[in-house]
Amino acid sequence: MSRWLKAGLPLLFFLVIAWFLLKGLDRNPREIPSPLINRAAPVAVLEALPRLDDRAQAIAFKDLIGQVWLLNVWGSWCSGCQIEHPLLNRLAAEKLIPIVGLAWKDAPAQSHEWLSRLGDPYTMVVMDLQGKAAIEWGVYGAPETFLIDKNNKVRYKHVGPLSLEIIDKELRPLIASLKQ
Amino acid sequence: MSQALPNPLPPVALDETQQQRLRRLYAEIRCLVCQNQSLADSAADLAVDLRHEVQTQIAKGSTDDQIKGWLVERYGDFVLYKPQMQASTAILWGGPFVSLAAGAIIWKLVQRRRSLSPSQRQVSADQLRRAKQLLVADDDQKGS
Repeated sequence: MSRWLKAGLPLLFFLVIAWFLLKGLDRNPREIPSPLINRAAPVAVLEALPRLDDRAQAIAFKDLIGQVWLLNVWGSWCSGCQIEHPLLNRLAAEKLIPIVGLAWKDAPAQSHEWLSRLGDPYTMVVMDLQGKAAIEWGVYGAPETFLIDKNNKVRYKHVGPLSLEIIDKELRPLIASLKQ
Repeated sequence: MSQALPNPLPPVALDETQQQRLRRLYAEIRCLVCQNQSLADSAADLAVDLRHEVQTQIAKGSTDDQIKGWLVERYGDFVLYKPQMQASTAILWGGPFVSLAAGAIIWKLVQRRRSLSPSQRQVSADQLRRAKQLLVADDDQKGS
């Protein structure tokens, strides 16, 4: 017994500490788990926001309910958004899924300029000038992307620019399974 | 942001006691943009908005727990420097005490071993005889 303790305990401690350190290695401290996952998407706060343009007639939030859709938080002031923008354009061209844009604390004139210069992948864009809707969604760093399922539940969140890898390996399979 | 936004958040009027509560709360809330700063120290845009939100809620008469709960609901436990005690934070709160208890047990075992008198450590004649018997039995088995 005591011999086992003598050899086993330090080894056990070593393994526990090593496990925690190892886990810590590939964790991104900027990625904070969202408490919103698997909870109802706060759509009402988006609905209350003004639209960036008059495409309002094209789609209403009540049309989104029952669909699988993306919410993308961006701003013309956000450099990471510029990186992911071509990928959103490509995704939009596939007509795979409606993409709602949340212009976070962005001056409307600059939002317009950005979309006409870089292309507009959004089914609609709502303007969060005061940043209140962003707080409701727990947004802390643009760009952020949320995936909402048919039951209006948030199923996935990505903080930071989307990459081709994230879209292909994480988003697409999840979208496909949620659409079924 | 290079261009001023059309409708900035209106300032919230608070009295002296409310101001004190505000400062105490700020210190407990983490800024999510610059994670090692409290909400009080941070100049990030989101921190400005969140400070405004906390001010509004204090003015509305929310309790500290309500305000913290509101924040946790949106940003998770991470937003508080002192997360609430619950299943998912049990390791965080209990871990140090478990380590302390484990340390105490080891220390106790080492102590006990050291306190054994030399005569107790020595093998008695009886034990020696048993050991020899066992060794002989072992040899017999190998030989057969």
